Amino acid sequence: MSALSTPRAMALLLRRDLLLAYRRRAELINPLLFFVLIATLFPLGVGADSRLLQTAGPGIVWVAALLAALLSLDSVFRSDFEDGTLEQLMLSAHPVSLLVLAKVFAHWLVTGVPLILVSPLIGVLLSIPSRAMPVLVASLALGTPVLSLIGAVGVALTVGLRRAGIILSLLVLPLYVPVLIFASSAVDAASSGLPVGPQLYILAAMLVAAVSLAPVAAAASLRVSLS
Amino acid sequence: MMRFIHRLASPKYFYDVAGRIVPWAGWGALILILVGAYWGLVEAPADYQQGDSFRIIYVHVPAAWMSLFIYVVMAAAGAIGLVWRIKLAEIIAIASAPIGASFTFLALVTGSLWGKPMWGTWWVWDARLTSELILLFLYLGVMALYGAVEDKRMASRAAAILAIVGVVNIPIIHYSVEWWNTLHQGPTVTKLDKPSIAPEMLWPLLIMAVGFQLYYVATVLMRARVELLERERNSRWVQELVQPR
Amino acid sequence: MVRTFDPNLSLEAADLACIRDDRVLFEHLGFTLATGELLMLEGRNGSGKTSLLRILCSIRLPDAGAVWWCGEEVQRLGPDYHEQLSYVGHKDGIKQDLTPEENLRMARALGRPSPELDIPEALELFGLYGFEDVPTRTLSAGQQRRVALARLVATEAPLWILDEPFTSLDRDGIGVFESVMETHLERGGMIVMTTHHRVALEGERVKRINLTA
Repeated sequence: MSALSTPRAMALLLRRDLLLAYRRRAELINPLLFFVLIATLFPLGVGADSRLLQTAGPGIVWVAALLAALLSLDSVFRSDFEDGTLEQLMLSAHPVSLLVLAKVFAHWLVTGVPLILVSPLIGVLLSIPSRAMPVLVASLALGTPVLSLIGAVGVALTVGLRRAGIILSLLVLPLYVPVLIFASSAVDAASSGLPVGPQLYILAAMLVAAVSLAPVAAAASLRVSLS
Repeated sequence: MMRFIHRLASPKYFYDVAGRIVPWAGWGALILILVGAYWGLVEAPADYQQGDSFRIIYVHVPAAWMSLFIYVVMAAAGAIGLVWRIKLAEIIAIASAPIGASFTFLALVTGSLWGKPMWGTWWVWDARLTSELILLFLYLGVMALYGAVEDKRMASRAAAILAIVGVVNIPIIHYSVEWWNTLHQGPTVTKLDKPSIAPEMLWPLLIMAVGFQLYYVATVLMRARVELLERERNSRWVQELVQPR
Repeated sequence: MVRTFDPNLSLEAADLACIRDDRVLFEHLGFTLATGELLMLEGRNGSGKTSLLRILCSIRLPDAGAVWWCGEEVQRLGPDYHEQLSYVGHKDGIKQDLTPEENLRMARALGRPSPELDIPEALELFGLYGFEDVPTRTLSAGQQRRVALARLVATEAPLWILDEPFTSLDRDGIGVFESVMETHLERGGMIVMTTHHRVALEGERVKRINLTA
């Protein structure tokens, strides 16, 4: 019997990761709570003036999303590294970069999608006008996968380190700057009724670039981290 | 040519050649920087708008050039080290990081010093300064990753990958920051844009730039030699080198 | 009907060196392994056995030398080489939150599924009948090891690379696994392994390399 086709193996890996996440579903809520909590802290810090919130809101939502994504990142490869299944992935008959892509996709489904779903609620808390909500959701839908993909490279580089947390944020956060700029600007433009096409197209372009490049870089990084 | 490259890639040969280049590059850098500084800070005419405070560009601009140049060198050397497994390239890449970070820091400090008389504040979110700041974080990330991984061979390969990821991202970051800047501040007079610079201002600038390049060559080779001795400390040629004759 | 592997397979290593934290663990190490042969790596703790196994798997890069599979360098072959090998390392490489059956299903997706044994048969061979659908974390260390070893027979790879496979197995488990190895060699498989346990396999097909020497 020959090996399964690579797409089939990717689908099985995706299914496995979703199953694992489901069996640990209590942990899934944590990044989400973190996201809501940060967004709640900002008004407490800067004051609840709705005009102020309206200008700062898009940025706050996106900074909160960035931090929540960062917090959840470590789990992409950590447990696989610790129990040795990562070695098995590296020694599989399929290209590692594609398996990484499947893993990142699973990770985004369980950590990124909930953020997107809860974001209108945060938008209300931060007085983002309702006409900007669709754009907020769209910017998160395009942006959070980029965060997961870029983050996967950082995690792959630091997975062998005992204390990876701070160093991971130092590696990854500067690379998140373009996403932050364009995504929060899209939401900002939408709340003042301006066109948002350019920003969303650029985010989409970033997503395409990240999907094609990040898994390769992450696979190379994993090879280094495991050696 | 290939044979020359191959010979250069042998640690002992590199150590010797680098040792001979260092004093030339070092003294050259010192002379050029002194000449450039005197010319720029004393001889060159003052700017009719900014007065004498513009003179800081003779340090700021070459430092900013170097900060980008060294990052590209670092990523290129890292890629060579990764693909062809040339240890020396790994060493050059990692020896470049702190130097590049220092130039970035210098560019930031001089930019901020310039901002004080210009805008009356130490820091403005000018597009170039912001890009420079993010570049500094990229450098610090590479250095932190290299420092955190214990096995130095593995560390330099990890740092090389990060540098390559960074170099792909630098243009994206740069343009997004520039775009962000026009959006939030409106077109301001960007202080570093000098579309028509007078030749008597340009010459000292170029001399300073070459001086900084030579300084980089000298320091990167010195750092690389030290790193090389440390990594190869058990090899025969290093043992012979440190034995008193 | 027992299928045999291609008799022309070979694993070859030449001039391998491994340096760890400035210490040369081994250098100028070479061997050739043909079908049906077992290579035992011996040596003290810290003599580089695990590092050598990881180099042979192509997880780790050698500091000098190279490894060839059927005449081609393994770093170049990549997934084509990985398809030919099964590795059981220090870590079991199984997910604690999955059942043994789910673990083996993933292993078969990543490698080449065995045409002879399906998952229940592979588990039964290792005495895990009745445990196939409990979370692996509830099993004992020895049973978890058996799940990891069952991966070898649930997939079909001619080359097995095993790092202390007998760890935490009981006498019965050791006996089972020895006969599994025996069968694998008879089919024309190859095994590279380290162990502190005396293996009941002898004869010309067993090669030994001592890394301490």
